[in-house]
Amino acid sequence: MVTAVTSMGRSGLYDWLMQRVTAVVLLAYTLCLGAFFVFNSDVTYLQWQELMSRTPMKIFSLLALISLGIHAWVGLWSVFTDYLTERLMGTKGNVMRLILQVLCGLVMFVYLIWGIQILWG
Amino acid sequence: MLQVSIYRYNPDTDAEPYMQEVEVDTGGKDLMVLDVLELLKGQDPTLAYRRSCREGVCGSDGMNMNGKNGLACIMPLSETVKGNKLVLRPLPGLPVIRDLVVDMSMFYAQYEKVQPYLQNDTPAPAIERLQSPEDREKLDGLYECILCACCSTSCPSFWWNPDRFIGPAGLLQSYRFLADSRDTATEERLARLDDPFSVFRCHGIQNCVNVCPKGLNPTKAIGHIRNMLLSRAT
Ligand code: SF4
Ligand code: SF4
Ligand code: FES
Repeated sequence: MVTAVTSMGRSGLYDWLMQRVTAVVLLAYTLCLGAFFVFNSDVTYLQWQELMSRTPMKIFSLLALISLGIHAWVGLWSVFTDYLTERLMGTKGNVMRLILQVLCGLVMFVYLIWGIQILWG
Repeated sequence: MLQVSIYRYNPDTDAEPYMQEVEVDTGGKDLMVLDVLELLKGQDPTLAYRRSCREGVCGSDGMNMNGKNGLACIMPLSETVKGNKLVLRPLPGLPVIRDLVVDMSMFYAQYEKVQPYLQNDTPAPAIERLQSPEDREKLDGLYECILCACCSTSCPSFWWNPDRFIGPAGLLQSYRFLADSRDTATEERLARLDDPFSVFRCHGIQNCVNVCPKGLNPTKAIGHIRNMLLSRAT
């Protein structure tokens, strides 16, 4: 068994499932917004604001934002553990990977708080 | 004359690997790539490669021919040569010992991890453990693997993590025992696979399916393992 502290849920299955579920949420959100733009091709600021201020839409947006964070974490973690590894570049690989992963987590945290502030602020 | 470009490396004399350009007279026949290698070895006995059965059974002459992995002994020139040119390289991703001979230790280590043998903790019957024809059928497409490593060495996930990702060949064998009605170690086998690397490094690119000289489908087997892990956890 190969364990990894930096993966999302430490189990491969959990990460895999999260990746799929969040992908579905993101797809649904994209389709919804896409449909909105198709039916309101000359969308005004007021229409947009009205849509985004509805509670279900706020919840959906927050869900999409959280999904994006998880999706990005799992996806980038996979990329980092492919290319920035001890095997390929020595200890430097581990250091770089950890820094990037922390940075990535930080960016996602900022986006999340910022997003909440925009949606409920 | 067929133009052959062949990867050469002798760690005792060469500072680094190089491609050697040679011409081979095939006599206009549609030879197998292994035949071409034998002709080349006749001219230059220092050329090193593995081979044994010369009929696609032993799995020892897996190599990269014009960019695609396969067995040299059953690969006709007509199927791989483009523009009268044949480029031969060792299987990608594994350390080269010499010329076309690679060090398969990492590949075998992953194979060993899946404990590729029948485990059954119930008392052994007098003669043999029986299996219904239907259960036996579940092993078709799994047991035929000859461990040539063509699949695992064409898999990007295995290139980057050969020490942590079991790879298509190992996983195909893993499923071969997970699917066996006579094996009772299913739970233990699955428990050992539920980490982020062993199985889940497979991203379904299907390079493995594309190259398997026995026409096997590791991606499908990996999908079955994933489903077993999923139903075990839910
Ligand atoms: S699955 Fe196919 S390509 Fe892979 S080792 Fe077995 S026979 Fe070779
Ligand atoms: S399908 Fe999976 S195992 Fe096969 S080549 Fe792609 S990543 Fe590797
Ligand atoms: S020599 Fe045995 S498989 Fe090619």
